[in-house]
Amino acid sequence: MSSVRQSQFIEKNTALWDTFENWLDYQDLTFWKKRSKKNKIEAPEEIDLPKVYRQICHHFALANSRMYNPVLVDKLNKLVVRGHHKLYSSRTNFIGNIMKYFAVDFPRLVRQEWKIVSIAAALFYVPFIAIIIAIQFFPDLIYSVMDGSMVNNLEDMYEPERNQRFGRERESDTDLYMFGYYIKHNIGIDFKMFAGGLLFGIGAIFFLVFNGIFLGAAFGHMTHIGYIDSFWGFVVGHGAFELNAMVLSGAAGLKLAEALIRPGRKTRGRALIDNGKIAVLIMYGVVVMSVIAAFLEAFWSSTVMPVMIKYVAGAILWTVVGMYFYFLGRTSRASIHS
Amino acid sequence: MTLDTLYQVNTPEGISLRLSPAGPVVRMLAWIIDILIRLAINGVFFAALAFFGKTGIGIALILSFILEWFYPVYFELYKKGQTPGKKMFNLYVSMEDASPISPGASIIRNLLRFVDFLPFLYGFGFISMLLTKRFQRLGDLVAGTVVLHKSLNYPTIEEDKTKAISPPVALNLSEQQALIRFQQRIPYLTAERAEELAQIATPLLLKNSSENSIENKQASSRLLGIANWIMGAKH
Repeated sequence: MSSVRQSQFIEKNTALWDTFENWLDYQDLTFWKKRSKKNKIEAPEEIDLPKVYRQICHHFALANSRMYNPVLVDKLNKLVVRGHHKLYSSRTNFIGNIMKYFAVDFPRLVRQEWKIVSIAAALFYVPFIAIIIAIQFFPDLIYSVMDGSMVNNLEDMYEPERNQRFGRERESDTDLYMFGYYIKHNIGIDFKMFAGGLLFGIGAIFFLVFNGIFLGAAFGHMTHIGYIDSFWGFVVGHGAFELNAMVLSGAAGLKLAEALIRPGRKTRGRALIDNGKIAVLIMYGVVVMSVIAAFLEAFWSSTVMPVMIKYVAGAILWTVVGMYFYFLGRTSRASIHS
Repeated sequence: MTLDTLYQVNTPEGISLRLSPAGPVVRMLAWIIDILIRLAINGVFFAALAFFGKTGIGIALILSFILEWFYPVYFELYKKGQTPGKKMFNLYVSMEDASPISPGASIIRNLLRFVDFLPFLYGFGFISMLLTKRFQRLGDLVAGTVVLHKSLNYPTIEEDKTKAISPPVALNLSEQQALIRFQQRIPYLTAERAEELAQIATPLLLKNSSENSIENKQASSRLLGIANWIMGAKH
């Protein structure tokens, strides 16, 4: 048997364990409970967390090696796990991080991942533009992508006469409804595209190409039947954010696929965790871009004004998005992963 | 040697934490609770906001979007890794190294829920959990997270310190451990079962090596006495 018997060990250290546990319990209380006047909870004495935690770790190790009572070991294990959580929880400057993210990290990350972003962009824009052009020569192609009633709906929505009749592309009280719809629907697709990347990229590639063909068909058809101003005027503004957000979420999905297909010198599991961290950083930006897109689509694109203004605004928005990703975050040289 | 699913994490303090990952069944039950809560909240959103016409539905759509994707994220980050369902079953989400889940990891594991759900009802997630040691679904693998059992507070046992019997034969450490564990488990066993188990430890039940008869009825209390002795009770 060991030199110190269990009962002595407990006797000697119980006070410290209890102090530590009380302190942890108090820290876990919510802000409101700490302040509540009804049943006032006395704040326990402050402890030197790292020091006490190390001591208890030591006790735990001793109890383990001396094979003390499993219940005692369990109790110490629990204290140690709780202390571990407390000591290693991160307290970060949340607002500051967000500012830095959008001013520096996000555009820099997109540039850093330019290869995979280019692949995602090609997967979407190549079929998209190809179909637009193809439909100008073979208009019936639209019916291989959509059925007749869908085409009719689409034509109905962007009929140039419509605006003259109603003065607005739709009733204004539905703007917020459409905003909600775009949020739920579009960002949902972005998230699924990202997640689909985990299936060796198949999900991401599918959504990218499918959306490229589908949207391309719609754009091509509208152009072909001459609803140019009503349709392009509507989509050009929010398209800068929506289409590129989609490409980026596809890229984030492909980043996951890369870890599975080409893990390099890491194990696939390790590569997934590392690439997942990069991918989710891209997704934060995607969410914000998609919300901006939904906002523009619901409240700006639907207003009726001279179409020239919409084209100019659209051109500005596309330029802003392009410049954002090209220029921002270039000044400081520190690496993202420093 | 061990058949259980416990695993250990070494901390910078040079000790190892013992953690027990949760399996698919209990996680499914927790998920069912959560999905019911979410459906109920969703129902309330739409019922209440429908009064405000299409505008209200628009707001409800946004809220239901947030609920769909970020309900678990909120609880994982602000409620110590426990959604209400997980709390009910004493589970919590944490990083693989037992530190609290980070915001990025929480968002990854919940966005990837979509893939785990494929082809239907968490098919991929289930397969992944069966193939990994720590029951991780795909989202957990990418996020580096794990769902753990929160260890429960076992009632501490008032030990009968009065009796201490020195063991008639020398015991090695694992044998001593077995006796102490037996002592801890006694309150959860029926008297008959305790007796039955105690009978297995034949050599300990002999008063001295020359005697051959096993004391009936008294086997478990004798083992308790020996356990007390091992733990340091005095004669």
